[in-house]
Amino acid sequence: MLLVGTNTTEAHPVIGYKMRQAARKGCKMVVCDPRRIDLVDDADYWLRHNPGTDIPLLNGMMRIIIKEGLEDKQFVAERTENYEALKETVEAYNPEYVSELTGISVEDLYAVARLYATTDKAMIFYTLGITEHICGTRNVMSIANLAMLTGHVGRPGTGVCPIRGQNNVQGACDMGALPNVYPAYQAVTNDEIRAKFEKAWGASLPGNLGLKIPEMFEEAYAGKLKAMYILGENPVLTDPNANHIKAALAKLDFLVVQELFLTETAAFADVILPAASFAECDGTFTSTERRVQRVRKAIEPLPGQANWETICQMATRLGYPMSYDHPGQIWDEMASLSPSMTGINYDRIDKIGLHWPCPSTDHPGTPFLHAGKFTRGLGNFQPSDHIPPGEIPDEEYPFLLSTGRILYHYNVTTPYSKGINSMWDREKAEVNPLDAEKLGLQTGSRAKVTSRRGEVISEIKVTDRVMPGMIWMSFHHSATPTNEITSHILDPITGTGEYKACAVKIEKVEV
Amino acid sequence: MEMVNLYINGKEVGAPAGSTILQAAELAGIQIPRLCYDPDLSALGACRLCVVEVKGNRLLPASCVTPVMPGMEVFTESPAVIEARRTILELLVANHPLDCMTCDKLGDCKLADYCYQYGIKESPFVGEKHDYLCDDSNPFIIRDLNKCILCGACVRACEEMTGQDNLSYLYRGFDRKATTAGDVPYAESDCVFCGQCVAVCPTGALTEKTMAGQARRWEIDRVRTTCPFCGTGCNFDLALKDGKVIGVLSNPESPVNGRSLCVKGRFGWDYIYNEKRLTTPLIKKNGQFEPASWDEAYDLIAARFNEIKNEYGPESFAALSSARCTNEENYLVQKFTRAYMGTNNVDHCART
Repeated sequence: MLLVGTNTTEAHPVIGYKMRQAARKGCKMVVCDPRRIDLVDDADYWLRHNPGTDIPLLNGMMRIIIKEGLEDKQFVAERTENYEALKETVEAYNPEYVSELTGISVEDLYAVARLYATTDKAMIFYTLGITEHICGTRNVMSIANLAMLTGHVGRPGTGVCPIRGQNNVQGACDMGALPNVYPAYQAVTNDEIRAKFEKAWGASLPGNLGLKIPEMFEEAYAGKLKAMYILGENPVLTDPNANHIKAALAKLDFLVVQELFLTETAAFADVILPAASFAECDGTFTSTERRVQRVRKAIEPLPGQANWETICQMATRLGYPMSYDHPGQIWDEMASLSPSMTGINYDRIDKIGLHWPCPSTDHPGTPFLHAGKFTRGLGNFQPSDHIPPGEIPDEEYPFLLSTGRILYHYNVTTPYSKGINSMWDREKAEVNPLDAEKLGLQTGSRAKVTSRRGEVISEIKVTDRVMPGMIWMSFHHSATPTNEITSHILDPITGTGEYKACAVKIEKVEV
Repeated sequence: MEMVNLYINGKEVGAPAGSTILQAAELAGIQIPRLCYDPDLSALGACRLCVVEVKGNRLLPASCVTPVMPGMEVFTESPAVIEARRTILELLVANHPLDCMTCDKLGDCKLADYCYQYGIKESPFVGEKHDYLCDDSNPFIIRDLNKCILCGACVRACEEMTGQDNLSYLYRGFDRKATTAGDVPYAESDCVFCGQCVAVCPTGALTEKTMAGQARRWEIDRVRTTCPFCGTGCNFDLALKDGKVIGVLSNPESPVNGRSLCVKGRFGWDYIYNEKRLTTPLIKKNGQFEPASWDEAYDLIAARFNEIKNEYGPESFAALSSARCTNEENYLVQKFTRAYMGTNNVDHCART
């Protein structure tokens, strides 16, 4: 198990338990993380690389593997292309240079590269520690390069496993809640596919790409986007550079928010529709492993109706009749239009979910991908050079702020759990003891953390979980809206914010 | 797989080599009482309630740790076995509060079930009884060690399921305790409140605080569902009494997680009853939200969305769907946005 940028026991606890169990049964575990996360205790190697140096670390490993002839020559020859370009790019990443950039010893680099390459069944796990960077997409490609170089793809116990953050972030993507694809990743720009959906939905459909979230807020701020409907999201607390989000929301002519609570985002709405919780709705969630599972209504919806009913009624009132007897019918309509999910229906997933692709009702589902062939045919090596974070600490803002989740909270819903909030009710920003001493901070002190975009007040926890020069914060608490100070810089390909690195200053605040 | 044939209660049965007698009996549909044995945990052989008689063996071996042998003749309910089990139960009950009528675990308490099965009302053994203070230090778990039978399931679950290693045995003899390092309350320990200890506890020693006094176990309806927090895809049962959720219970048939959960999945569900929940549409008038009927809300939304679309075109509208909501809801949002509003401006927080 090679873990890069995933604090699994906190962000995905049950997967974290299984990793620990595997490590204790003798499976080798390498943790690459600037923070001393809990899994470090069970790891064979902890590579504490500097934030934002994932590409040099991965390139350095690949260079060692190639130099020592440990690559899977057959896999590279038969299943991939563009290998020469990879070789050329990683050549510059000699161990000494990589060690200087990342802070990892040359010795550990060699050991981990050899261990990963020579282990028959090795998996790479990553989460937002990899993607929430200016070079997030490039980071992911570099991970894929490493897996392909060593043939660790397409067999049980191998592969690249991005552990998805939210209960249904996989499903929301699968359903086409994205500006470029219909359900099952069918491109909106493809005329044939668009014609299929036009026929099914009885409407003429646009063939241009829609706006990504950050672009939506840019357009709203510029006055071009006039109206929004927001279902179950709270970008004011969860999106980066939140003051800009607030300014954009304030400029909308009309905003509808469908929510459980009067959230920080809902406060900007013109109309709020009350939402039903997971316990009040029938439906499905799709987990990180593409496993479609049932969600079952246990109690009557508190607002009197389920969310799918509200969406249908709203659309109908606007002039587009939508009517279903049960969410199972909605699923069936979607599945009939989505080749990779056609074989999944509520009867089949009554007890145990199914992994898509599942093209027919007699198909057993697909627990892992890329066996024998990649979706595009050959795996394409896409090498990258080091891309430092978009904003790095300087004299005025000398600390690097990184953010993430803690075990006890889940984004911004859990503060509404009285039990959880009675135990963990405030932000506790992690600061290294060396820095704390210089700043005159102790555990329990309060500090003002300021970036070029805003400032927040937080309680401080002094801990060597973070390295000197770094502060780490979560984003769960409305009293410390960390995202008001996070970076405005985005990955240019995905539009994902660089939550994992920006420059801040820290000042003690007397209580 | 190599199979071994043996006789249980006179009936010939087959079991994979390396199975224990208890597992072989289960395969043959014969239930052997057990307290410390748990299929998800390492075998301990501590409680001795699963003893059986094996022909040719002077002692009564614990079936949960004794492997099957070819031709073995096992008796699971012989007079000697029953006598031994009765004595074990009498010894356990000698130091166990008999307050079953108010115990939240009754109906799902193995100790009570076996006492019922073997007719143990009270203990002939009279001696000292524990008088521990109940650990009520946290909002999730009530820990009443007076009801602990030292089966060690909690210790093993903490180590083997969660890997937290927060529990172990302390002290000796009568004072022996399955507890936290330093014998401190859960809230002061390294506990991460995953509640696996509660899920495996066979008695009322560890119970869900939210369920205290809410329902007898046999009154609880269970609805299996998928956790609404991270993307792992854990399943669990919502515990219901009179149409109200009172807790979350592990469902051992969950394909991803078995009985394991985390603090959020097991104990974070109560947000659904937070009094701040919105239950009616709200319309902002002069900067203040005022309750409105669904019709009023829909009419206003329809009028404004249609006006804006007609005046500024489809690209003036965008929808943010949700990674927290179901597939079906997401499908409808993008369908509505594309088919009626006429734009591909639909996204959700996968990228942010």
